[in-house]
Amino acid sequence: MRYLRAFALFWWDFIVGDDWRVAAGLALALGLTYLLTHNGVNAWWLLPLAVGTVLAGSVWRAAR
Amino acid sequence: MSTSSVLVLLGAFSASAVEMVEALTIVLGVGVVRGWRSPLIGVGAATIVLAALVAALGPALGSVPIGTLRFVVGALLLAFGMQWLRKAILRSSGYTSMRDEDEAFRRERAEAASAPSERKAGLDWYAFTVAFKGVLLEGLEVVFIVISFGSAQGRLGLAAAGAAAAVVHVTAAGVLVRGPLERVPETAIKFAVGLLLTSFGCFWGAEGAGVDWPGDELSLLAVLGFLGALSFVLVRLLRRQRLALRPSGAEA
Repeated sequence: MRYLRAFALFWWDFIVGDDWRVAAGLALALGLTYLLTHNGVNAWWLLPLAVGTVLAGSVWRAAR
Repeated sequence: MSTSSVLVLLGAFSASAVEMVEALTIVLGVGVVRGWRSPLIGVGAATIVLAALVAALGPALGSVPIGTLRFVVGALLLAFGMQWLRKAILRSSGYTSMRDEDEAFRRERAEAASAPSERKAGLDWYAFTVAFKGVLLEGLEVVFIVISFGSAQGRLGLAAAGAAAAVVHVTAAGVLVRGPLERVPETAIKFAVGLLLTSFGCFWGAEGAGVDWPGDELSLLAVLGFLGALSFVLVRLLRRQRLALRPSGAEA
């Protein structure tokens, strides 16, 4: 059980990192882009904007 | 060679170089204190595991439809890239300390000197495991970057060559200097790699989601420019905020 927990924690840290909100924001933005493009909107602008917003929010929170 | 192929090569080389500088510090710290045989065997074993991962995962990804592959790879690159970029912005603006290879080397050496001696399979087990884990963990991210970059662009060989060239360069520099490579501008390289990974993540993630980028591959440069400018502004704003928060009269 201890090894399983350590294994899961390793992958969480490896992929999600220090700020889970960044990963959540990116997942949401990717999902929205998928939904919009499959409903006739070529949402190429969404992901760069979302990445910029999530990044700014994350460094700002870390700096507080 | 197309723009994105050049960026793939540069990204794989730079990411691999930064991670290998950190791995080199670990191996050197153990090797100078406890002898070279066991750590070098540890390095060899970790390299075999990493190469096996690339050899197994790379071709397996070739059977995944390109749209799905780019969506997943884009998400992964965004996750890695944002971590690198976030760290580089916080370091450049002075909110977290810069990584000091010399300090890390001294810490590694002190730990190696105080660790008990235990022999297993004819090896100094501490030296073997520290070198093995160091190279494996630092190399794992490189493997993911190489596989993601290479498979989404259909240039796995190119990405692997970029990473291998970095390993050769860093190893040669380490042998020549016989010490940690503290003069390598790690934060600046991390900044560049973070920007590349995040930009490619945006491009492929959106493309995998069905987006049709205006200007095709030229959009990649536009995304790179946008994120680069944003990061620059963030560093400036955070620096200004940090200086404003500092008590009056404090020295820089």
